Amino acid sequence: MAVDVSSRDMGAMRRRRRRSLMRDVVGVGVIVLAAAIGYFAFPDNLALLTRIIAVALLVLSLDLVTGYCGVATLGHAALFGSGAYAAGILSAHFGINDPLLMTLAGLIGGALAGLLSGLVMLRAHGLPQLVLSIALIHLFHELANKMSSFTGGSDGLSGIAPDPIFGRFEFDLFGNTAYVFAVVMLLVVFVLLRILVRSPFGMLCRGLKEDPLRIRAMGASPKRAIVKMYGISGAVAGLGGALNAISTQVVGLDTLSFTQSAEALVMLALGGTGSLFGALAGTVAFMMFQDYVSSVNPFHWLTMVGALLIAVVLFAPKGIYGTVAAFLEKRREGRP
Amino acid sequence: MQTIFSIGIDALAYGMILFVISIGLSVTMGLMRVVNLAHGAFAMIGGYVASYISRDLGLGYAPAILAAVVATIVIAVPIERFLYRRIYGAPELTQVLMTIGITFCIIGLANYLMGPTLKTIPLSDVLQQPVDLGFRSISAHRLFAIFCGLAVALCLWLAIEKTGFGIRLRASVDNAAMASALGVRTEIIYAVSFAVAVGLAAFGGVVGAELLPVEPYYALRYLVTFLVVVSVGGAGSIGGTLLACLLLGAVDTTGRYLLPEFGEFFFYLAVIAIICVFPNGLMKGAK
Repeated sequence: MAVDVSSRDMGAMRRRRRRSLMRDVVGVGVIVLAAAIGYFAFPDNLALLTRIIAVALLVLSLDLVTGYCGVATLGHAALFGSGAYAAGILSAHFGINDPLLMTLAGLIGGALAGLLSGLVMLRAHGLPQLVLSIALIHLFHELANKMSSFTGGSDGLSGIAPDPIFGRFEFDLFGNTAYVFAVVMLLVVFVLLRILVRSPFGMLCRGLKEDPLRIRAMGASPKRAIVKMYGISGAVAGLGGALNAISTQVVGLDTLSFTQSAEALVMLALGGTGSLFGALAGTVAFMMFQDYVSSVNPFHWLTMVGALLIAVVLFAPKGIYGTVAAFLEKRREGRP
Repeated sequence: MQTIFSIGIDALAYGMILFVISIGLSVTMGLMRVVNLAHGAFAMIGGYVASYISRDLGLGYAPAILAAVVATIVIAVPIERFLYRRIYGAPELTQVLMTIGITFCIIGLANYLMGPTLKTIPLSDVLQQPVDLGFRSISAHRLFAIFCGLAVALCLWLAIEKTGFGIRLRASVDNAAMASALGVRTEIIYAVSFAVAVGLAAFGGVVGAELLPVEPYYALRYLVTFLVVVSVGGAGSIGGTLLACLLLGAVDTTGRYLLPEFGEFFFYLAVIAIICVFPNGLMKGAK
């Protein structure tokens, strides 16, 4: 009997693993397909698509701490902006214009900001934690504003001139190269994150969100896990920031703003927390909606976002992806 | 000496304004456990109504305050009934999203209805004159703000410590489930204290309009300060909130006078330091 159960468990596990591998392949396929459709549908608007990908990296990184570890934060743009400034300063002040090195600088800058934020954020829980995140983003913003000789202050950091990638692919006026660069970066990050969230470490973080007391009873250290996740999250957000700096060739203070942080949280909630697909879906839906509404009626943009948020909380608390996934799951269970 | 005196008066007035606005947030947060990011928006609504009544209709300062408080409560009670009641006990992220959605909506509507410019609330003649204290004269408005803060603190203390409603309120704060099992109608307690909190926010928004000018982004700009006060003071504690207001008012005002360049920077640094040392608020952390 016992053998029977365990072999059935093994079978279920294998099936589950196969299904999630299938989902990875489908996910990569969908991203490539969406990127190709975007390329051919909006050839004049590649800058917007590149920006969507940069913000998608920020939202993915927010998902790692909010969706997987359960830390609510309104200051995640600090990580994104640090990456952007790290990449931008490298080019504008040190003359290192290799895009890959700039990306690496963004990754390191973001990871350092992430570790710092993680260490500070862990000091409190609940409301004080939320206030800490808000204070952090304002602190980063003020710091970048005051160090204007280094960061350009409120005028923004200009003079970023990335060299061609591998010395061959030049960043053109239409943003073709930047777009392909962005899609490749997103694919790599996506695959790595899929592996990360399914690893034992990813499972540990998920457990932390559900029941931190039990995780501690099992002998794991919640603090260490969250700080580690914050570092990884910072690296991902930093990549997004570096991508933004390279593709737009300017870094503004708005990359370090409270608004950017709040919008990232809105996008994540819209798509669905706790799933990488949700983060991507939410970013694309939100940014497209923003582009459309602000071109039609910029005055009511904030009102619309607010109404959208309230509607999501009331009617689709799992977000777009979560709701669709739950619907499909129900249909699959209904079928014998 | 002159500078120290004027910093002191300004800090005290600013702290009292902060107290009047934030105490409602503190009580509702301690009572309903809702992270209410829309509290600043309600203070802003009060400011707009008062500006409309006293400047556009020319009805004077006292009617403006009264109208602002009443109108804000009338607007806020249906919001509590239909939106907030659904997020009591929900995860923090849900509460943050819902209340920030409400804030965005109110900012957008305020921008649409009243325009993006600063709104002033003309003071009555009595409040505009300086008051002679014998050795120095100070603005009557500052004195009025300090007086309002002290009056609110005293009234709230009496209401919470000495009345039947206060007993039920404290019971619900300590353990809502047990209080309702003993026959306390917690949803009425929630609604009444929410209305009082919002009314106080509107009152503070009007009285403090000289120091925190009313404009559409008021709701987000000062929200941080209100939240900081509550988390530093500890949610639900009048004494803690008062202490936090005076402390942060002093830090902020001194920073603005002496180091105008880096004022905000040191303010946020102080906030992070205080929360890191006392993660549960000043009063509870000191135990």
